[in-house]
Amino acid sequence: MSMTPEPVLQATGISKFFPGAIALDDVSLSLYPGEVHALLGENGAGKSTLIKCLTGAYKRDAGTILLAGQEINPRDPQDSLALGIGTVYQEVNLLSNMTVAENLFLGWQPMRHGMIDNRVMLKRSKEILSGFGLDIDPSLLLSSYSIAIQQVVAIARAVELAGKVLILDEPTASLDREEIDLLFSVVRKLTERGLAVVFITHFLDQVFEISDRATILRNGRIVGTRVLADVTQTEIVTMMLGRELEEAKKERGKAVIGETILELKSYGRRGTIEPFDMILHKGEVIGLAGLLGSGRSETAGVIFGSTPADQGTASLNGKPIKLDNPRSAIHLGFGLCPEDRKTDGIVGDLSVRENIILSLQARRGWMRPITRAKAEKIAEDYVKKLDIRLASLDMPIRLLSGGNQQKALLARWLATEPDILILDEPTRGIDVGAHAEIIELIQTLRAQGMALIVASSELEELITYSSRIVVLRDRRQVRELRGDEISIGAIVRSIAEEGGAQQ
Amino acid sequence: MMSDTLRRIAPQLVILAVVILLNFIVFPGFFSIEFQNGRLFGNIIDVLNRGAPVALLATGMTLVIATKGIDLSVGAVMAIAGAVAASVVTAGGGWVPALLAALAAGLACGSWNGILVAIFRVQPIVATLVLMVAGRGIAQLITEGKIMTFINPGLIHLGAGTILGVPTPVWIWIIMGCLVTYVVRRTALGMLIEAIGINETSSRLAGINSRVLLVAVYLVTGFCAALAGVVVAADIKGADANNAGLWMELDAILAVVIGGNSLLGGRFSIVASLLGALIIQSVNSVILLSGMPPEFNLVIKALLIIVILFIQSPTVQHAIYLFRASTPPHAPTEERAEKSAEKSHKNNQTARESLS
Repeated sequence: MSMTPEPVLQATGISKFFPGAIALDDVSLSLYPGEVHALLGENGAGKSTLIKCLTGAYKRDAGTILLAGQEINPRDPQDSLALGIGTVYQEVNLLSNMTVAENLFLGWQPMRHGMIDNRVMLKRSKEILSGFGLDIDPSLLLSSYSIAIQQVVAIARAVELAGKVLILDEPTASLDREEIDLLFSVVRKLTERGLAVVFITHFLDQVFEISDRATILRNGRIVGTRVLADVTQTEIVTMMLGRELEEAKKERGKAVIGETILELKSYGRRGTIEPFDMILHKGEVIGLAGLLGSGRSETAGVIFGSTPADQGTASLNGKPIKLDNPRSAIHLGFGLCPEDRKTDGIVGDLSVRENIILSLQARRGWMRPITRAKAEKIAEDYVKKLDIRLASLDMPIRLLSGGNQQKALLARWLATEPDILILDEPTRGIDVGAHAEIIELIQTLRAQGMALIVASSELEELITYSSRIVVLRDRRQVRELRGDEISIGAIVRSIAEEGGAQQ
Repeated sequence: MMSDTLRRIAPQLVILAVVILLNFIVFPGFFSIEFQNGRLFGNIIDVLNRGAPVALLATGMTLVIATKGIDLSVGAVMAIAGAVAASVVTAGGGWVPALLAALAAGLACGSWNGILVAIFRVQPIVATLVLMVAGRGIAQLITEGKIMTFINPGLIHLGAGTILGVPTPVWIWIIMGCLVTYVVRRTALGMLIEAIGINETSSRLAGINSRVLLVAVYLVTGFCAALAGVVVAADIKGADANNAGLWMELDAILAVVIGGNSLLGGRFSIVASLLGALIIQSVNSVILLSGMPPEFNLVIKALLIIVILFIQSPTVQHAIYLFRASTPPHAPTEERAEKSAEKSHKNNQTARESLS
């Protein structure tokens, strides 16, 4: 190892308790200058909690943090930034309605005669950004640049203010390949300067591409720290899961497709999604593919009635129906697991049990309450079936990790025994284990005769379970792939192709 | 289930006990109750009786606040309801039509608020502010600007009479509180109201009819406010459009807050709000009995809120949690598991004992 013996950050024995759960149990982490250190683990393993303890967003219940040999106790992220630890999150935490320069210098603007010196600020912004290989105009609004560039601006700000440790929490989740390359080149420049970078992600390929070492967490404890040059991906995944990961089987051909259940004709909504036709059969999965903003979620929304269609007709089992709002859709046997769990899915302060029975209860009406015992039974049933990990059914759902929240939401819809289930990005931000389980669940449901519509940005996943794939671009359907036509190459070509609609 | 409720209202019970103890200290005869002329007399009875309007308002206000809303108009609705009841009896009507007309007026006010909030998406504080200001004007129009007195014994009985020796207002608020609690907890209404208060988008996407529920909670507050208005008018044998229920919306909100219900909506407990109303009334009683100038009332109320908010702050809660858990951070898991096993074993034992 070509590492200097003195770590820049050394955390020892960090513990954190939440009511009813131990989030971190005696976790230690050392970061050396000039290294990229990946933090790996399933959802709920404690990665975010560890970061929040390091940056002071949470108050740790035990343990010490040494930064360059000095013990520190950051009160909040602002404080840790001043001490030298900068954090950049997946969602860029900057102000998109201010200029790039203002964002870079917010709170420490260069002053002249008690006024902000704009000229100096712009000049220095240009210097700082060119140091990151970015040649952009810092006087423009931040929102006029892509997410990747905004991400780099956030990193630049964090590095300028902190300068010792940089924590990147899922920075690549919403970036495409080119943007990831840009980001990684920035990270490499930083490590050359001697910064220690913590990298959190679910993408193992990227971990091996950029990181020197990796620390693996499971259930709030350290499983081990490895030099990545010495291990294989399989070993890392095994450490994360604590078991061997089975290869997801591709048994697309075996699907038995039943009779037509839903038929949509020139269905659409002005300004949201161009009119489209769709026929959905029992026992099949229609995959919705396309780039971000191509109309995947919008398609899901008009079918479920959360953004009702204003044109076209729909019929269910041959009978014409109206899908005006989620309530009527649910009564007709629809379910929708939304893309954004936090704002559209979970009801944070209600218990896991109440969250699971919520839709079923809403459909039964308030006059016919589900008894506590019955709710308990339904919830327990799905907790077992979907392997939801929790301390108690009575704990608020917001305390669960992302993957377990997603499973609980799936349980909510499965409890209503839907005929048609729409899943919008069911595996976003979910760890490898839960990921595989959800894909397996989709296949099981299909085999049981349920009709599913699944929107996902993960093409490999889509081709695993879809019997047909609808490709969207610019809010319209451009291509439908079926049978042997389905391959990642074909989807990518349809997304990229000009005039794909004619085909 | 029962123990959950007890744990929820424990802080309010403790505070109520402390305030009542203060009452006892400043006036040792606080607990004495006498039976004269077919009516119970005593300071405790007074607290229960005088607390009726705020308790009634707090019942409805709890539900509105649980949906992340607020109803500032309840005081004005009290004035309207009192004026309506008074005008019906002075026009020669009986007390039953007067009561029904007042309640109908309350429901009309509630539906106005509910429609503004649920259909037109006006922010609750603004929507109900409209009626708070306009309501008193409406009440004055009904009473034609004067205090409208009446002598109808049936109506007066609702505010000043007794049933089985207990003042009628006490019956009214206890029955109303129990009824609403029973309905929201025995049906799924309570959970659905909490759900829309916590995350309305999620709830709507889960199939909850949030509009109807929102209108419903404002109807309940309107109804409760109308009842409170009738009680107050009946007590003074007249409808005073200027002063009936004046600032009482703030006492109702205070009762809900003292009851530990978050103004951000979500989880709620009507019982705790009712205890909050009793705490407020007991504080008033302490100040009255101790002979302190009534100015102290507001300061002491403020101190109370600070104490309760302090107890309920997440920081203190976490500290209490750690204190209760009192397991050292590095204790091996086996030991912990053993302890909890032991504990559950003990629990089982005591459960068995209590069964046998």
